[in-house]
Amino acid sequence: MNLRRDVFQAIADPTRRAILLLLASQAMTAGAIAANFDTARPTVSKHLQILTKCELLEQEQNGREIYYHISARKMKEVADFIEPFRNMWDDRFNKLETLMKNYQSEK
Amino acid sequence: MGQKTKISAEDGRQELVITREFDLPLELLFKAHAEPDIVAQWMGTNVLKLDSKKHGSWQYETTDAAGNVVFRANGVIHEFVPNHKITRTFEMESTPGSTIQFAVQLEFLEFEKLTDHTSKLRMQIVYKSVALRDQMLRLPFAQGLNMAHNRLQDVVSKLN
Repeated sequence: MNLRRDVFQAIADPTRRAILLLLASQAMTAGAIAANFDTARPTVSKHLQILTKCELLEQEQNGREIYYHISARKMKEVADFIEPFRNMWDDRFNKLETLMKNYQSEK
Repeated sequence: MGQKTKISAEDGRQELVITREFDLPLELLFKAHAEPDIVAQWMGTNVLKLDSKKHGSWQYETTDAAGNVVFRANGVIHEFVPNHKITRTFEMESTPGSTIQFAVQLEFLEFEKLTDHTSKLRMQIVYKSVALRDQMLRLPFAQGLNMAHNRLQDVVSKLN
């Protein structure tokens, strides 16, 4: 559960969301990612560290460079986070619909 | 048939929007939100009070099979325009021993006629903070295991 909460906090930060967006289309090195932001390089490194720690990003060694890319599996898991909440309302509304359809025919 | 309820919760915002289209005439959809005994049935809770009018208030309470209160919430109604809209507050009361502190949330319910037999509900919920919204979104996820366990207990107790 703790890891999951961290994931949610990780994507709550606008810079980290921008990093994820940037990496959505391609794998990049830390330097190339940092070049897209006004923030200091160590700050970007810190963000990369957090995203990697909660498994949203994966590192890949390519020669002397380390490339970061998005973990599709983890991103899907985050998207699914909202599913139980949606299911709860969907169940309630399905019940409402059935109930009122019967109400209608009883009249 | 896919699920019909849609949730829109943008990152970093302290609100969410729930939308749903119903195979029901507008009047019946609205009635299901206004009459205490009907609300009780589809919400699966006891409606202790629901005074459906401007300045009215409401209180829900859910108990488990043993009679313990597992959920209690209350609020007031600010706007009540039949077949059009309900504006109300919603506050979940903390259960003893719970570490989660809830804050009042503001709910805007808008009812819309689509055809003579279909209608739409748009429910906008505004929370005190982004963190609280995210917490509420995650709640059913965290409760999933508990609920599965309770349902199993229900089934077992009915076998006896």
